[in-house]
Amino acid sequence: MDLQLMRRNWLARLLLERLIRLIWLVPLAMAGLFTLVSLAPVDPVQAYVGARVAQVGPEQRAAIAEAWGLNAPAPERFWLWLSHLAAGDFGTSITYNAPVLDLIAQRAGASLALIGTAFFLALALGFSLGLLAAAMRGRWPDRLIRGLAVVLSASPGFWIAILLISVFAVGLGWLPACCATPPGLTAAETSLGARLTHLILPAVTVSVVGISALILHSRARAVAFLESPAARHLAAHGASRLRLAFRYGARHALGPALTVHLAGAGELVGGSVLAETIFAWPGLGQATVRAATGADAPLLLGIALATLLFVFCGNLLADIAARLADPRLREMR
Amino acid sequence: MLRVTALSVRFRRHDGSHATALSGLELTLARGEVIGLVGGSGAGKSLVAEALMGLLPGNAEVSGQITRDGQRLAPGQLALAPQGIDALDPLTRLGDQICRFARLAGQPPPDLPAALARLGLPETAARAFPHELSGGMAKRALIATALATGAGFLIADEPTLGLDPETADRILALLAGLAAQGHGVCVISHDLPRLIAIAGRITILQEGRMVETAMAGDFTGGDLRHPFSRALWAAQSWTGADLPC
Repeated sequence: MDLQLMRRNWLARLLLERLIRLIWLVPLAMAGLFTLVSLAPVDPVQAYVGARVAQVGPEQRAAIAEAWGLNAPAPERFWLWLSHLAAGDFGTSITYNAPVLDLIAQRAGASLALIGTAFFLALALGFSLGLLAAAMRGRWPDRLIRGLAVVLSASPGFWIAILLISVFAVGLGWLPACCATPPGLTAAETSLGARLTHLILPAVTVSVVGISALILHSRARAVAFLESPAARHLAAHGASRLRLAFRYGARHALGPALTVHLAGAGELVGGSVLAETIFAWPGLGQATVRAATGADAPLLLGIALATLLFVFCGNLLADIAARLADPRLREMR
Repeated sequence: MLRVTALSVRFRRHDGSHATALSGLELTLARGEVIGLVGGSGAGKSLVAEALMGLLPGNAEVSGQITRDGQRLAPGQLALAPQGIDALDPLTRLGDQICRFARLAGQPPPDLPAALARLGLPETAARAFPHELSGGMAKRALIATALATGAGFLIADEPTLGLDPETADRILALLAGLAAQGHGVCVISHDLPRLIAIAGRITILQEGRMVETAMAGDFTGGDLRHPFSRALWAAQSWTGADLPC
């Protein structure tokens, strides 16, 4: 293909390739998840009945199972779910007794706010600390930053969350430890400042997942640039190490850092499930846990589909970011 | 006039002993002049450039004097065009790189079309990334980055390495042209037969020591004094014509 044409078309070609991948990926992933949910040892009727077990007789249980279509074979249920999905009907959650699509729409905003804040927090901190460590390579700031990265990577998310709650919520009383709004108030009744205050601890908890990898990755890429002939050429003409790292090396490190960070969107989602549970954050993560424990197949499948699309978009953005940062990648097939 | 006096470089080893890599180099370079620095591989040619540009690692000990018009050499007065085209930033367009070097030296933004045309590069090269340039264009691009600093003296380290004869001749003619415009140019090269066509004086290094500084005519006239210089010239000017058929 003509070089000029390839230059112009790299984005269109990438989008087309990823669209084709999405077409076979979604049904395959859905079939796998549906199989797992079908094989789960949790009885959805039992989970629905819960503590009212004494009040619900076998006939009523059978009626519920019949109404939900649980008596049909798994392939038939899967096909039914797929055909409804194609018509835009995601089904009804048996846990929340509400349409799955409405539930996802209601809760996605809170999750996206949490994941988005954590994403940018981790990127800003991890990237700049990585560049600083590279510029100060071998000196005490470098050792300190690398030590921090190792400690963070070895710290489980739930432990970080407990530590943050005990220090900033219980000990100092600076930040709330629960929910997206103060108790008894809706989001509309809460000021932006108060909502942001509630976001801090969950966002920090989720961001910890990505910070250490970003620090170490950005540092490694910036060090590789600082040792390159291109950096030596700049240094020969007066560029300082800080200038080399933060001004000229940043682009060399940003592309790979964004790639790693965006490709790790799945980890962010996983971290948000944990954080939403600990901090009672009203997002999709919390709903996922309830759907899983309640064998709420429609909700679980709906959330899984939304998560799949989210992670897929993250990976796609990672590919685009890598090509924007490094023009040589645009010509690779 | 750029003057290098008794330039020596030694490296400190882990056990505290030292390895001398260059000793007692003497060079002078006037504006409008091209000089050459030649020697075998490992003779210390590129080391001279690194020592002059302050690029040596922390365990290097440099002694000697580098002056310009009798004053200590200041940053921005000497520029280097390195030998490898990997010295260009692979992620940055050439025009931006040239401006970057001008900024580093405190120079105003250069007139890019003129800066490129001066080196025989098309105006479109400003938008090109290094991997889109040919070898000869990349070599000229490296010289363009060095010239953007506004330095009056230029070191070109192996500017013809890896180029075909025609392109190599063009690059050397370009360097000679820069000298004609008032730059002092020091060319480090293996390519002795081509170098004598443009350099007035040529300093020959052997294992870190300067064996002699000869005039270009001394090579063709058979007036070289040192046996190593004669052997180097004999090896490089040999065409293979006397091989038995």
